Amino acid sequence: MLSRTAENLYWMTRYVERAENMARLVEMGARMSALPTSTGHRTEWESVLSAASAADSHAESYGEITRESAVEHILFDLKNPSSVISCFAAARHNARAMRTALTTEAWEAINDAWIKLRRVRAEEVQGERLIDFLGWIKSRGALFRGALDSTSLRDEGYDFMRLGFFVERVNNTARILDVKYYLLLPATEQVGGGVDHYQWTTVLRATSSLRSYHWVYRGEYRPAYIADFLILNKLSPRSLAHCYEMILQHLDSLERKHGRRFACHDLASISFGRLNGWTMEDIFQEGLHEFLSDFISRTNEVSAAIADAYWYGG
Amino acid sequence: MYDEMGPAGRPDDPYRDIRDWLNATDLETLRRKSLEAETLFRKIGITFAVYGEGGDPERLIPFDIVPRVFNAEEWRKLERGVIQRARALNMFLHDVYHRGEIIRAGVVPADLVYRNAAFEPAMIGVDPPRGVYSHIVGIDIVRVGPGDFYVLEDNCRTPSGVSYMLENREIMMRMFPSLFARGRVLPVDDYPTQLRRTLSGVRPIKSQSDPTIVVLTPGAYNSAYYEHSFLADQMGVELVEGQDLYVEGGYVWMRSTGGPKRVDVIYRRIDDDFLDPLCFRRDSMLGVPGLMDVYRSGGVSLASAPGSGVADDKAVYTYVPDMIRFYLGETPALNNVPTYKCADPTDLKYVLENLHELVVKEVHGSGGYGMIVGPKATQAEREAYAERIKADPRDFIAQPTLALSTTPTLVEEGVAPRHVDLRPYALVGDEVRLIPGGLTRVAMRQGSLVVNSSQGGGVKDTWVLAE
Repeated sequence: MLSRTAENLYWMTRYVERAENMARLVEMGARMSALPTSTGHRTEWESVLSAASAADSHAESYGEITRESAVEHILFDLKNPSSVISCFAAARHNARAMRTALTTEAWEAINDAWIKLRRVRAEEVQGERLIDFLGWIKSRGALFRGALDSTSLRDEGYDFMRLGFFVERVNNTARILDVKYYLLLPATEQVGGGVDHYQWTTVLRATSSLRSYHWVYRGEYRPAYIADFLILNKLSPRSLAHCYEMILQHLDSLERKHGRRFACHDLASISFGRLNGWTMEDIFQEGLHEFLSDFISRTNEVSAAIADAYWYGG
Repeated sequence: MYDEMGPAGRPDDPYRDIRDWLNATDLETLRRKSLEAETLFRKIGITFAVYGEGGDPERLIPFDIVPRVFNAEEWRKLERGVIQRARALNMFLHDVYHRGEIIRAGVVPADLVYRNAAFEPAMIGVDPPRGVYSHIVGIDIVRVGPGDFYVLEDNCRTPSGVSYMLENREIMMRMFPSLFARGRVLPVDDYPTQLRRTLSGVRPIKSQSDPTIVVLTPGAYNSAYYEHSFLADQMGVELVEGQDLYVEGGYVWMRSTGGPKRVDVIYRRIDDDFLDPLCFRRDSMLGVPGLMDVYRSGGVSLASAPGSGVADDKAVYTYVPDMIRFYLGETPALNNVPTYKCADPTDLKYVLENLHELVVKEVHGSGGYGMIVGPKATQAEREAYAERIKADPRDFIAQPTLALSTTPTLVEEGVAPRHVDLRPYALVGDEVRLIPGGLTRVAMRQGSLVVNSSQGGGVKDTWVLAE
């Protein structure tokens, strides 16, 4: 496969996954700002913006943080390279640059979403229609993933696309956890009452994990469980451990297809090993924030190593 | 004015089914279907890009749902003429890059060839596989009467539009299956297979036994990018950009996830000038440095060969009937439009005196830009244009305004006759093949003769009926 094609496939799925994650973050923000809390609205949108890596670009464009400005910036602002519209534009651009590697169904899913998204104005979805609209964005991501899953050849292109999804997802989960890590420290549990459990659930909402969490932990909200669910528990489709399991699976598949191992294989194995052998206690011991920042930079290294291995001389 | 559908009742009427269908369908339904077709085109992403004019850069070419039809007899005549022309043009190219017999014989003036901007000195003495220079020849044809066809121009470099021929058919079959139910329309969908066979047939002497073929595109911002990706996809070959290729050890290599892969045949959709910065334009970012060296030493094939443009130049065009007589010893099956060369003083005088009756074009222009349709222009426009001609007569040719045939077309006021042209595609490899169909372009505005998509022209599905 052409190196440039592989690279485009990888970034295309990363962007679609990112767009979906942005919608989830906004959903979390909208939900939390509607609840009475001691911290107030503004900090909620502030943490949403920072989990979206958009705090700086927001400050440049808007200054004051309001619900409207945050929603517009994360969903519609082309100046924000990670906004939903920027993500879809970039994903479509990547898709267009290698139409031959995409099935018609997958292309139509992404092209259709982009055509419709372009026509929506921010004002139209502020307020009551916001949640519906966020649902629509997530459904476009699901449609695209479904189209890929049901129509793509299981060749190396598929591996690169899946790598894109999971590398993006693992980064996203780690970032959300890192923004909220102070809520999940064992100390907060002992304090109790001071921070209500709605706050803990924000993290679950932002990862679409609220209901599955109930099933696994029988509805009891405990910060350590929440952290466990999103970091170590392979049952959770958005946990770091599950994402790395999938990353390794597709890297192994590439190794079989090319008959060669590269640095990215070793780096990913090491990261996965850390998740596999550790308990939450070990992680709290090291420091949750330290663990997460380290993890994010390790994942970036894996991504760069994938590029070195396969975007040959590109 | 000749309308191709005309009244009912002529023998072997190619439009019988179309007429019945139009009579049986109300305008509302046709309009709804037309909208549906447009949605399909946009959904599939069949667009061409126009940059620098504002608005949406990805435009749709208007698609007209009423097909244009030829019967078997009409097509036989066209086929003979197109194949004959494609052969003569290739023989001409071989000749001008070798001994130049046609010039020595005094048939074609030396200046016209050797001082032509499209003549490529780097190609002198080079022998492309099977002696083929132009592998895909698109011939633009207009019709003025029942058996009266004229060739408007030849396209020997990389004629575009074939994806529309294929997609128009695809959409028509998807939307109007019953129209095809009688099984009389000859299929066009094996064009990509034929193209691949043609390209494979011209692999270089040093090629691998199973040649690696690629389509070379300038990239996603090119106006014909959709076509490039479509053809690569349909042939099952990689669509590459210059940055994906490099030259090493006398071969061309493609950067792939599994390491370098050797490339044998390049169907290039970028212009000569940009192919190789070491040989042509130094500032080209689109090409592959060193490509021409590999080409000349037989390490890779290029379709079309660099320098093929010298055969489709608008001034060389006037000599194509002479080429057919010279190389093939045959009578041309298709006529040229009578053409006045402004380089010739007698012709120039005639052109300047009769501007109100003529179409004048730039010799090197394309896409309907830079031309003037005398009868439609104002006095002031004609005077301004006359000044341009006088400034550099060699740059212009003129032709009488032909009464182009019309075919029924769905427009604002209903189904009405609109002017059309036709571009069939000949594939030249070990043999010359012509797909039964082509691209019909239609001027959507009443009375307009300009069918170019960049000027608001539309396209139609083109049917060739079985015997």
